Amino acid sequence: MRRIARSADDSAAIRAGLAVGLAAAAYGVSYGALAVAAGLDIWQTCVMSLLMFTGGSQFALVGVIATGGVAAGPAAIASAAILGIRNGIYGIRISPIIGGHWWRKLAAAWVTIDETTAVASTQGTLRSQRIGFWVTAAATFIGWNITSLIGGLIGDALGDVRQYGLDAAAAAAFLGLLWPRLRQLQPIAVATAAAVVAVVLTPVLMPGLPVLVASGVAIVVGLCNLFGRPGVTSEPPRLSPAPASHAHGVQS
Amino acid sequence: MTLWEIVIIASLACLALKVSGYLVPKTVLDRPATSRIANLLTVALLAALIGVQTFGHGQHIEFDARVPALLVAAGLFAVRVPFIVVVIAAAVTAALIRAFL
Repeated sequence: MRRIARSADDSAAIRAGLAVGLAAAAYGVSYGALAVAAGLDIWQTCVMSLLMFTGGSQFALVGVIATGGVAAGPAAIASAAILGIRNGIYGIRISPIIGGHWWRKLAAAWVTIDETTAVASTQGTLRSQRIGFWVTAAATFIGWNITSLIGGLIGDALGDVRQYGLDAAAAAAFLGLLWPRLRQLQPIAVATAAAVVAVVLTPVLMPGLPVLVASGVAIVVGLCNLFGRPGVTSEPPRLSPAPASHAHGVQS
Repeated sequence: MTLWEIVIIASLACLALKVSGYLVPKTVLDRPATSRIANLLTVALLAALIGVQTFGHGQHIEFDARVPALLVAAGLFAVRVPFIVVVIAAAVTAALIRAFL
């Protein structure tokens, strides 16, 4: 980008992107530590951050492996994938603002996550949307991968991660992802039911499965449109609950 | 299934889902049921993970320091405290309770 042409919009997009990237990076340490505690080695921990690069799915996979081990592999993969569906939906909305050749779209797809989508979709002009997207992508990708590595390295030294409350941090992080989606009766009903189903089934089913069965609540409620208004989608197209300056309320 | 296979398959699946968003026509989202279910799936899975992460201990249900930590997190999210501050506050809450109780 040319220095002379930078407008106030562009600067705001850059600031938002860097702030969001920094917040995500801080949180990568807990992912790395939890991954190692769950039994992944440092390479597996880092490959997930590089290749999967979507925090929610990474925490989900690590959480299932932590309780169920390798035997829960299929459930771990399914949890990560279902949580990754939303990135595909973000891609449908972000695709028009990216433009350019297929390789640029491929790079954009790789980094299409909560953070980049939230920053891009809250900028005013097409140019600042693009700037916001790529600055957030670079800051988050670099930060997340470095801090995952650091978390993995110190995770070995930490010993019991529960002593530092990292298990509670994972639950709080999921809550942070969920919070902005709970603005209508339908998602609130689904969230409540799914949480109850998952907890009640925990002693009965093998680890990983309760979460998958609970996500079936979404299919039933969604198909029948229970608790919803006719024809209205449960989620407004606006992704971020707040202006870009508060976009770190949404995380991957 | 080895841990490496789990890591690679899950990573490629997530990457493929991201790419698919750039390949499917925008009209997919015009069908209300499709986007409704997709959005609700995210909500359900996140809520289920919160439940299991907060109350699960292996295949047992357990009430421990994670419950007050999650309540602290909910209170802070409700007053719009930034994400990273809330996550750290939840961890500190659980750590302090475990250290002193």
